[in-house]
Amino acid sequence: MSFLELQDITKSYGTLNAVSDVTLSVEKGEFVSLLGPSGCGKTTTLQMIAGFVEPTSGTIRLDGRDITHAKANSRGLGIVFQSYALFPHMTVFDNVCFGLEMQRVPKGERRPRVEEALELVHLAAYAGRYPRELSGGQRQRVALARAIVIRPPVLLLDEPLSNLDAKLREAMQFELRDIQRKVGTTTVMVTHDQAEAFSISDRVVVMESGRITQIDQPYRIYEHPETEFISRFVGKTNLLPGTVQAVNDRAATVSLGGVPVEIDAGALVRGDTVTLCIRPEKLRLTGSGLGRLPGRVAERYFLGSQWLYHIDGPLGTLMAVTPNDGSAPLDTGEPVGLDWTPSVVRVHRGRLAEAPDPTLEAH
Amino acid sequence: MSAAPARLPTPLILSAPAALLFGALILTPLVLTALLSFNEFEHATGRTHGFTVAHYASVLSDSYYLEIFLRTFRVAALATAICVVIGVPEAYILSRMRNPWRSVFLLVVLAPLLVSVVVRAFGWSMLLGPEGPVNAALMALGFGRMRLLYSEGTVIVALVHVMLPFMVIPVWTSLQKLDPAVEQAALSFGASRATAIVRVVAPQILPGILSGSLIVFGLSASAFAIPGLLGGRRLKMVATIVYDQYLSDLNWPMGAAVAVLLLAANLIVMLTYHRVVEGHYRRRLG
Repeated sequence: MSFLELQDITKSYGTLNAVSDVTLSVEKGEFVSLLGPSGCGKTTTLQMIAGFVEPTSGTIRLDGRDITHAKANSRGLGIVFQSYALFPHMTVFDNVCFGLEMQRVPKGERRPRVEEALELVHLAAYAGRYPRELSGGQRQRVALARAIVIRPPVLLLDEPLSNLDAKLREAMQFELRDIQRKVGTTTVMVTHDQAEAFSISDRVVVMESGRITQIDQPYRIYEHPETEFISRFVGKTNLLPGTVQAVNDRAATVSLGGVPVEIDAGALVRGDTVTLCIRPEKLRLTGSGLGRLPGRVAERYFLGSQWLYHIDGPLGTLMAVTPNDGSAPLDTGEPVGLDWTPSVVRVHRGRLAEAPDPTLEAH
Repeated sequence: MSAAPARLPTPLILSAPAALLFGALILTPLVLTALLSFNEFEHATGRTHGFTVAHYASVLSDSYYLEIFLRTFRVAALATAICVVIGVPEAYILSRMRNPWRSVFLLVVLAPLLVSVVVRAFGWSMLLGPEGPVNAALMALGFGRMRLLYSEGTVIVALVHVMLPFMVIPVWTSLQKLDPAVEQAALSFGASRATAIVRVVAPQILPGILSGSLIVFGLSASAFAIPGLLGGRRLKMVATIVYDQYLSDLNWPMGAAVAVLLLAANLIVMLTYHRVVEGHYRRRLG
């Protein structure tokens, strides 16, 4: 049996289901992220694990014990809040010590444990400061130290990095993972940032309108998104609606608005409506006249380590990403060829529903 | 940023109306009162313009006045303490309510402010009078008629009633600024709800409690209508003797001296309290 188990967890507010039938098993020592746009129910799910919100139905088990209706202050979980929720009237030391005091840890044991936790987050020198005398990143570390010092069975992180600036956020991601590895605490993190979820989680749980749509390793979710929503929400993608024209043993031909494209067959039947997904970095730019499709550079964006091109062609505008290898980039208006390996094309059945703008939804 | 060689008088111009109002309506009467308190007084001729400190000397040396001063500050301190005990939990509960109940109860808390203090004082005197409903209930229950009016207790009860909104509002304001996750954090580390309130919530709303106490204490110590109407002729407070000196004895300089002493005593008590409590928390809460 898994360490932390959510079984058919549902939370309704009146007729509205904030979370529906969420079932999730987290192994001991695992780092799992709940990823989804705001309003997808990920925070409500975390709050139910924490005990701040009571599930309408379903059960939550921790180490075999049913904690569905246990009070928040009897669960002993370590929580890092989005706002950090530090106690502003206590020093860093007292903030971290608070949990030990509440758990009636013997006095002599408290100081070394607090110091150890502060050491782990590199804040040993700040023990005597008050939270308002610290920077955002330092407050974040205090919140983390405060949560791990009680040696919780599960660490819950609610958007822990969302209040930090981009540079610090990236640094903290790796540090968070590093600390989690050292301590070995089972961790559940809520985030709307896919980069954050992918870089540090063992498994990612994608949620959409209160339901889990995919649970997998970050790499698998990126490469094999199970729904169009996921392919759109996770990274950038080119979505191409089409119809299956011909099927043989190994390959199928899909007509994308009259342009035939070969893909791996799968279980497709002639006449099926499908949507093809090709990630921008899987498209190769070749010389004009070569490759599978002709195109013309409509726009180019410099991303530092990469170039993002918008290529106009017979399928409309496609995004293509090439590594910045130091050579001169293509100019706007330049003719190019587009090529890809058939195995990188993901196929979703059915036509694209007119989806909301992912840039609006991603936050 | 420009160098701004000539200082613009804008700040001065903008603060002028308030400064003029303050000067004309508060400072001038205060200075006049202070000057008046040093005038000599003759029963036959009224005040004269000679200089004397006799009024101060007689107030400070007369046990009659000292007793009234002590009573005033005792009553104000008790009213303040009771306002803290009732008002702080009230504000906390209020902040935990959801709309529409929150709006309804906030209105209930503030509604007394819409009624004149005099009217409310008469309300209390009708309620507690010898023929009032409280006495009627006591008689019906077999306790017999009790003298409720004109006692220190009655004045304190009425003061609490009048002053409670001045405690609830500042505490409520500081509760609004509180991050609700902070209390959740305390719970998540195993604190009981009571511990979370005492250790985490209360220290953070202390500035609100402090300003509420200062307002309530200041207003109570200088209250006139409530002690005047509910304390009667026997139970005097400082504000009521000032009134008596001015209008019954016509001894204006004496009244002015008492008023100046009340102001000074009030200031000393409030500033001391402020220093002690705020100094304690300044570094922590900034």
